[in-house]
Amino acid sequence: MNNRGAKRWLMLGIALAVVISYGYEFLPVFKGKGYYLGIAIDCGISIILAVSLNLINGHTGQFSLGHAGFMAVGGYAAAKFSLVFEPMVPDSLKPLLFLVALVLGGCLAALTGLGVGIPSLRLKGDYLAIVTLGFGEIIRVIVQNMDAVGAASGLKGIPKWTTMGWTFAFAAVTVYAVSALVNSTYGRGFIAVSDDEVAATSMGINPVRYKVTAFVTGAFFAGIAGGLYAHHKQFLSPTGFDFLKSIDIVVMVILGGMGRTVGVIIAAVLLTLLPEFLRQFADYRMIIYSLLIIALMMARPQGLFTLGARKKGAARV
Amino acid sequence: MNDALLDLNNATIKFGGLTAVSELCLKIHADELVGLIGPNGAGKTTAFNLITGVYQPTAGQIYFSGKSIKGTKPHDLTKSGIARTFQNIRLFGSMSVFDNVRVATQVHRAYGIGSALWRGRDFHTGELEVEKHVHELLDIFQLRDMRDEDARSLPYGDQRRLEIVRALATRPKLLLLDEPAAGMNPTEKEELMKLIQFIKDKFKIAIMLVEHDMKVVMGICQRIYVLEYGIKIAEGTPNEIQRNAKVIEAYLGTEGQS
Repeated sequence: MNNRGAKRWLMLGIALAVVISYGYEFLPVFKGKGYYLGIAIDCGISIILAVSLNLINGHTGQFSLGHAGFMAVGGYAAAKFSLVFEPMVPDSLKPLLFLVALVLGGCLAALTGLGVGIPSLRLKGDYLAIVTLGFGEIIRVIVQNMDAVGAASGLKGIPKWTTMGWTFAFAAVTVYAVSALVNSTYGRGFIAVSDDEVAATSMGINPVRYKVTAFVTGAFFAGIAGGLYAHHKQFLSPTGFDFLKSIDIVVMVILGGMGRTVGVIIAAVLLTLLPEFLRQFADYRMIIYSLLIIALMMARPQGLFTLGARKKGAARV
Repeated sequence: MNDALLDLNNATIKFGGLTAVSELCLKIHADELVGLIGPNGAGKTTAFNLITGVYQPTAGQIYFSGKSIKGTKPHDLTKSGIARTFQNIRLFGSMSVFDNVRVATQVHRAYGIGSALWRGRDFHTGELEVEKHVHELLDIFQLRDMRDEDARSLPYGDQRRLEIVRALATRPKLLLLDEPAAGMNPTEKEELMKLIQFIKDKFKIAIMLVEHDMKVVMGICQRIYVLEYGIKIAEGTPNEIQRNAKVIEAYLGTEGQS
């Protein structure tokens, strides 16, 4: 990746997202079919989730199973915010309100990430996985018992504000942020921590700080994804954020290849589309889905789409 | 008195009932090459870990550049000028040779996450400086041709060299080498001795060497400390050490004892 042009790629991505957001109706696939549009947005949200988790699990080498928890925090916060303020705001300012809601959700998720990260990131590997798993469940149970956000029956009537443009603009921001971080002298520290923590420490890298940074950044984007999801489905239920959701995202990262952004994006799209293609198999589809993942993992344990991109051009600023 | 770069003043560390290093007094001046030797289990590596902040002394003081470093975290010590290598090579295996060195230069960079994201003009000039610095180092140590190789795919000798280069990239005042000659053949040891001498002359830094190999230690060190059972039994020039009765006893045993 040529970093000098990195910001230009970001702009291009956002511009493309905005164009698509107005132009998709002219594409034959989407003509009059909300179903395809919905899936396209799902893909975009998956990309944000997977790429942001990749910073934690892939680049920094931590094993977090709590991504759905951060997504829930962001989703519920953004949804509640829009529900409260929507009646007070004129139509012309609604996009701004949506942006504020999303960023607020992201920040709240990041704050939660900080709270969870500081004590738990002293743990490693499996231990960290279990702590983050527990955290995700705590979030779910809290939400399930909170009447302000609909408790177990879910939060209904969230305005439908998420469009292709919003989704892919944020996907572009996420991809940019993660690759910009990792492809800098500062960001190489993430990979150093993942490769050898002791050596990283002796090179002046504070591993705890790096891990927390990765955790908080990942949580922020998971929160954004949650907000987009809430305003896309218009309905949030605590069961949608159980640990299976976290595992879905982890599978995307592993299948795409830990620390490979392009691979993870492809895997996110693929794993979002796959259940839809398998719909005709009705009851068997989750079995086929699982079998496919097992087969893929056995065939290519290093990830499906490892392009060897990491070392190439590593030095070109 | 405190003109020494590194000054261990009665540094002691106990693990439960075991005193691993006992009242160690050790001084290293700037631009000095000092060796630390001793039989297996004498506490060399523990002393090493005391200096690098991995362990904290249970008693005594450690000064670096006149300041006490008791309680300083290892990553902060690197910032203040102590760099090290490891007995069993610890490179960042998945990173290229270039990136291994590059990541070490970031200790002294002022920018952080914000500018890595924003990528303004300062960021780019900063990154260019880093790149230049890394290339200079790679050129000096003839590693430039391998800059894009994965560090783990390098031959053993080159990995050792890269680890030293990486430590130098943090711009240390004191370089600590933990058994750099371990696993090397005689030719590689010759080259290592030349390399260490070269680093000392070129970068004008203090070097401390923990080593088993007598030939290497006697060949290049200006002063040598000898540890046995955590206690300093001798210090002096290589010649003095070679004739020191206590050292000979520690290494070879006394007559009638074997």
